Amino acid sequence: MNWIRQPGVVAALPAAIFLFVGFAGPLLMVFGYSFMPEKTFTLKQLPTVENYVSVVTDSYYISFTWSVFLAALTVLLLFPICYPIAYGMAKLFGKWAKLVTALIAIPLLISENIRLFGWVLILLKNGIFDGTMQSLFDVSVSGLLYTVPAIVLGLVYVYLPFMLFPLVIGISMIPDVVKEAAADLGANRWQVFREVELPLAMPGIMIGCILSFILVLGSLAESKILGGQAIVMIADDIESAFTFAQNWPKGSVLSVLLIALSGFIVFTLFRRIDLDQVIGRR
Amino acid sequence: MSEETTPFLELAGVTKKYGDFTAVSDINLSIREGELFTLVGPSGSGKTTMIRMLVGMDQPTSGEMRLKGRVLNKVPANKRPTCMVFQSLALFPHKSVGENVEFAMKIAGVDPARRRQRAEELLAQLRLPLDCYDKGVNQCSGGERQRIALARALAFNPEILFFDEPLSALDFRLRKALEKELKDIHRETGKTFVYITHSLEEAMVMSDRIGIMRDGRIVQVGTPHEIYNKPINEFVAKFMGEVNSLEVEAVGENMVKSKVYGDTYHVGTMPAGFTAGFLIIRPEVVKIGKAAAPMPNRIQGVVFNDYALGSRIQYQVRSATNGDPWLVERLQDEAYEGQLGDTVDIGWRPEDSIVLSE
Repeated sequence: MNWIRQPGVVAALPAAIFLFVGFAGPLLMVFGYSFMPEKTFTLKQLPTVENYVSVVTDSYYISFTWSVFLAALTVLLLFPICYPIAYGMAKLFGKWAKLVTALIAIPLLISENIRLFGWVLILLKNGIFDGTMQSLFDVSVSGLLYTVPAIVLGLVYVYLPFMLFPLVIGISMIPDVVKEAAADLGANRWQVFREVELPLAMPGIMIGCILSFILVLGSLAESKILGGQAIVMIADDIESAFTFAQNWPKGSVLSVLLIALSGFIVFTLFRRIDLDQVIGRR
Repeated sequence: MSEETTPFLELAGVTKKYGDFTAVSDINLSIREGELFTLVGPSGSGKTTMIRMLVGMDQPTSGEMRLKGRVLNKVPANKRPTCMVFQSLALFPHKSVGENVEFAMKIAGVDPARRRQRAEELLAQLRLPLDCYDKGVNQCSGGERQRIALARALAFNPEILFFDEPLSALDFRLRKALEKELKDIHRETGKTFVYITHSLEEAMVMSDRIGIMRDGRIVQVGTPHEIYNKPINEFVAKFMGEVNSLEVEAVGENMVKSKVYGDTYHVGTMPAGFTAGFLIIRPEVVKIGKAAAPMPNRIQGVVFNDYALGSRIQYQVRSATNGDPWLVERLQDEAYEGQLGDTVDIGWRPEDSIVLSE
């Protein structure tokens, strides 16, 4: 029992206990509930896999697919949008980078739902955008709200900082002199980008992509507020199961499956890219 | 000194200003094909700015750079037939040694088999073990990384290879070895090398010719021999190593008078029209004790300290007049016979001193 007297163990203990009670504990409970009979509120029943069977045979694959599709689409849109901004913030803007950072970070202080309702006002029929178009060009652009594109707009808007800031860090890790060396050896801008910049920024790119992908996968507000009844995302299903349907075991099964899916994606991606090698520690 | 050949790399009035600050001022320089030319200067003398303009990472504010008569100014870095070994080496950390060396050939579209063959040739030429081809560059030692950077640059097959103090971060012994190795590689490849360093010692060992820079200007250009024996001014003389320097004025034919001591000294030669300037006496020409007695130029001082320099011993002798330190260097077998703290004469022959106007 010598290890317990190590200062590191003692020092880590409060944090470890806190993480266990606050983070691992609830996850374990969710895992436990997923094996309980339908509509029970206790963990004392005999375990069963009936919830898994019913979820798999039910039509939940639709909301799973929407979530994965929208997460992938959001990442694909965010990357080209954020990369130039991140590049500017890391390499070009100089003292103005702080201002840009503030402009992007300050909206995060306002609740996501309130910002999304702001978009509702803009996209609404006879709303800000529609009204402006009507008065200026005499064209009506109603029907923007409660569509999948509106959801995508909301997702891109809300999760932009989560792609942007890791990219800034990734890009600022590239030494300028290495890019100069590539140019000196004959590489044009595109070749410098592909051969040097992109691989060296990869840790930041990976973190940005995974972060925004996972966040969209578990997102709820965008599809509800901007999408109305257009589609149902998996987080929406989980919420309904826990609240409206009062079926904790079903909600737990969906949560476990979503966590498993996220975990699978994250670990596969991280394994494909050797971060140490990318950073140059090897 | 070899006779003037056709200009290979020519700089005409090259100037670089950053706002009000002039980093490089009106440089006129001609570098010959196949030579190893070294630009030496203290930090801030503009040598890095020079090399950055030559490889295309900076643009001159005015003036022209020509390679074999072709104006380089507007040619972007990736289109110039020049290449640089960076101070930080700037190896690609995410690529293997082989991929680093092959980079220029990959960009140029050389087929993989040919690339690999050439890379292996270069690794062998630079005495790098072949099994490091697949290693990550960060797994290699400092000396190996230097060679990889050089191999990567040579693989580009540049007309001129520039070096921005690549050896400065290495420990003394490795640096000494690589200086000579670099000169050998220069001999083997026959390419034009332009090297910059703040170490004149390094420049002396390697160079065919040296250009000494100060405050954005080239002060003197010449072979190591010329610069050592005929420094153009006190700055160059002091830059070459430790010297005894006195402010003097002319008092007659080959006679100068010290402004500080009031003594007069005989000198071998004086620049035409010399009125006032500096008298430079290198420590190794100064005699001490008995050996100083027959010398026409003498001063008296107290032997304050001695320093072992390997094959030589250096003494600090403090002038009896004003306590100024004088440096005297003797070979071990002709060491000073007295004690520290003794008052002695030190002296030198007229022809061993150098008179400079500035």
